[in-house]
Amino acid sequence: MNYRIIGTFLGNVLRIEALLLLLPCLTGMLYGEKQAMVYLFTAALTYVLGRLLSLRKDTTSIYYAKEGFVSVGLAWILMSILGALPFVITREIPHFMDALFETISGFTTTGASILPAPEEMSYAANLWRCLTHWIGGMGIIVFMLAVFPSNGGYNMHLMKAESPGPQVGKLVPKIRETAQTLYRIYLVMTIAEIVILFLAGMPLYDSICTAFGSAGTGGYGIKNDSMASYSVLLQVIITVFILGFGVNFNAYYYLLRTKTRKEAFKIDEVRWYFVIVLASTLLIAFNVRSYFGSFLSSFQQAAFQVASIITTTGYATTNFDLWPTFSKAILVLLMFIGACAGSTGGGVKVSRVILVARMIKLEVLRFIRPNQVRNLRMDGKVIDTETLRSVGAFMLTFVVVFIVSVMLVTLDNVDLVTAFTSVAATLNNIGPGLGAVGPACNYGGLSYFSKAVLMFDMLAGRLELFPILILLAPQTYKKT
Amino acid sequence: MRIIIVGCGKVGATIVEQLSDEGHDIVVVDINSKKIDAITTAYDVMGIVGNGTNFKVLKDAGIEDTDLLIAVTDSDEQNLLTCLIAKKAGNCSTIARVRDPELNEDIDFIAEELGLSMTVNPEKAAAVEIARLLRFPAAVQIDTFARDEVELLKFIIPANSPLAGHSLIDVGSIQDNVLICCVERGDEVIIPNGSFILEAGDKISIASSSAGARDFFRRIGIDVKHVKNVLIVGGGKIGVYLCQVLSEKGIALKIIEQDYKRCCELCEQLPEVTVIHGDGTDELVLREEGIADADAFVSLTGIDEENIFLSMFARKVSHAKVVTKIDRISFTDVINQLHLGSMIYPKKITADHIVRYVRAMSNAQGNSQIETLHELIEGKVEACSFNIGTESSIIDIPLQKLKIIRDALIVCIRRENEVIIPNGQSVIRPGDTIVVVTSKLGINDISDILEKEGRTA
Repeated sequence: MNYRIIGTFLGNVLRIEALLLLLPCLTGMLYGEKQAMVYLFTAALTYVLGRLLSLRKDTTSIYYAKEGFVSVGLAWILMSILGALPFVITREIPHFMDALFETISGFTTTGASILPAPEEMSYAANLWRCLTHWIGGMGIIVFMLAVFPSNGGYNMHLMKAESPGPQVGKLVPKIRETAQTLYRIYLVMTIAEIVILFLAGMPLYDSICTAFGSAGTGGYGIKNDSMASYSVLLQVIITVFILGFGVNFNAYYYLLRTKTRKEAFKIDEVRWYFVIVLASTLLIAFNVRSYFGSFLSSFQQAAFQVASIITTTGYATTNFDLWPTFSKAILVLLMFIGACAGSTGGGVKVSRVILVARMIKLEVLRFIRPNQVRNLRMDGKVIDTETLRSVGAFMLTFVVVFIVSVMLVTLDNVDLVTAFTSVAATLNNIGPGLGAVGPACNYGGLSYFSKAVLMFDMLAGRLELFPILILLAPQTYKKT
Repeated sequence: MRIIIVGCGKVGATIVEQLSDEGHDIVVVDINSKKIDAITTAYDVMGIVGNGTNFKVLKDAGIEDTDLLIAVTDSDEQNLLTCLIAKKAGNCSTIARVRDPELNEDIDFIAEELGLSMTVNPEKAAAVEIARLLRFPAAVQIDTFARDEVELLKFIIPANSPLAGHSLIDVGSIQDNVLICCVERGDEVIIPNGSFILEAGDKISIASSSAGARDFFRRIGIDVKHVKNVLIVGGGKIGVYLCQVLSEKGIALKIIEQDYKRCCELCEQLPEVTVIHGDGTDELVLREEGIADADAFVSLTGIDEENIFLSMFARKVSHAKVVTKIDRISFTDVINQLHLGSMIYPKKITADHIVRYVRAMSNAQGNSQIETLHELIEGKVEACSFNIGTESSIIDIPLQKLKIIRDALIVCIRRENEVIIPNGQSVIRPGDTIVVVTSKLGINDISDILEKEGRTA
């Protein structure tokens, strides 16, 4: 293992984090909070640590896919640990494990909070919570790739490790330009959301935090009741934007270029994503129409909840734990489907669901006509067996991690719904589950052991399992 | 520059390796998704799986905005067709690899009609390179630049040479008209200055015009006799091209080929050549055909290992100049340690030709002062030509007064149609083209080779 190149890389990530920590510091200063100094201190500490880590430069340039995966896994853990420090130092979240849970939940864009009352937090703390969503959404490593000059093959390994989806491709030949393009689209959409929310009557600080939280499809609310107290207009705006952030960003890139504009509407994954959203919304809207005054209102509520869950954001405008079982079942199903690959959302991803569905169809047809030669297509292109194999492997691993996690959480002696949905909501990076971790409750009541399991799930879910699992394999650290 | 490379075999991969660091936007196209996977994880390039002759594939690769398409698949026809489509669709420059000797006869016509910017024939290029080596048997390797008028010859200083143990100033009178521009000692590459002391066993590269090199070799006591007879094992395409080039010069040629039918074809194509039907890897056959007395021995069979063995055998039993052809580009370090004499890597030569073209094209686009740029000695040393304008800070100053950095050397000056190998008194005039050899990589401007606090800088 080439530890030096990993060290240099971790150092770069930390230096970027140090820079980001200045934002909450600035916010704290604006509001005259004494916590601002804590963020300044953490930023300085992170920067110094980053410098130390990248002190010894790699001279060999010998690295393989393994180093890329390990780098990304370690980077996410390290930046979560440092990001948790301000909460502990300011005593806003006194226990380190809780603070770490909150930060990991932030960076992985889960939005599962241990805080019973976010409104009591300082302005700096809430901004930092939401900022972690924004950075974690597109990925800090993709950000790094956009900023630092290219390092050839190593960077491709990094991008593959951090970006979600079965097939990671580039938009343009150079990785740095690809990363810059992604962040440019991301930034423009975020700013658009801030402006529109502000114009529609939300206070500026709230608009910034909400935009950060929805852009990363994270879900930290700065109010105790998440989004419920905002006006219907604001809720509709948020619905549209989170749905937008759940779309594969390739679609936006195609839209921006006149030559490829038509292709944006032909992406299988995006089409199915909207079909699923529409179908679930209608089903739930009918199912819950008696809960709300009018069908329109129940449709709006259903749409918000569906958008929030399928994009794995986790905002809530109502306590859907009180809804009929059928609606809850649909929401749990949506948790697993997740957003599109190449978006900021989590979950299994629509593209994998499509592939699995088509694999099943193919298998059934094989029983009917065993000798017919067929292949599997997506976006009109034949998908090679290697990709299908990796999708199969991902799904199996996902199920195994899920089952083991549920078993471990049940040790806490919580009810099955809580155990099941707490793992589903963290492994898929959503946030609120049902039962004791429902939208009106929080994760504070779980034991530290369960929290540790869920922290692992959040990281594993965000990085799509393997960069985290590879850290646990002893073979990773052996030389031969 | 935006470049599309169709075909990710050895040649394609070598081109990507050399160009991807130079800031080009590269898209590679290959029918084999495994190859695309391997190349896109190793280098910062985009990959498209598909057939390059398919318009949709080319469109996905961005043919409309591309500057150059390089077609280097296995198939000549596919390469030509790809280039034709690319030319019509994207109006870009195109380079095709064409290796079939039959197509190659009319290659100028084909290139003209299809609007190709360049065609490369690996076998022919390899043959030309071998022929060049046989002209100077003492040189291990010969590179050319400044439109092929200046040659860079690499040779090893023998133990009894008058050069060994002397500094460059001492041997100044010997090196008239030539310039020692870099010295390889072990793994080190040195750009020598006047006080540098040469040792026996050093690999030195000298820049000179062709005539100058001959005089120089004679003065330092290295044999310059012409090769009069050549023994070639393997009658493939390179063998045929090599014979065509050498027979013009009246050299006696003998080819040993295993396949009888091929022997008959060779006999028909190359009337002046002695064609022997036999197993060239058989010691008895080689001895019978006079390997011991051959002036030069060239192993061109299709199997690298056989070629290496044959060359080792030839080194042992004869004093012939030995040239070995190797197809695969790996384990080069180990092969170099075998001291087989000269190596020829046809695929690398092809890639180098294309890379040179790309660099020249990209420099021409960027209005850079640098004209062409070659990598020498496995990329440790660069040679670049600069066009000198009237405003340049280095004109009309004798070279010995110019404060040039230690790792750089001006090795030749081209003035109108004359090539000058400079000495300390030479001056550079506006309009000259100068060639600089340097181990400081990434030179962009002529002022980069000057000492920073020098009064001329």
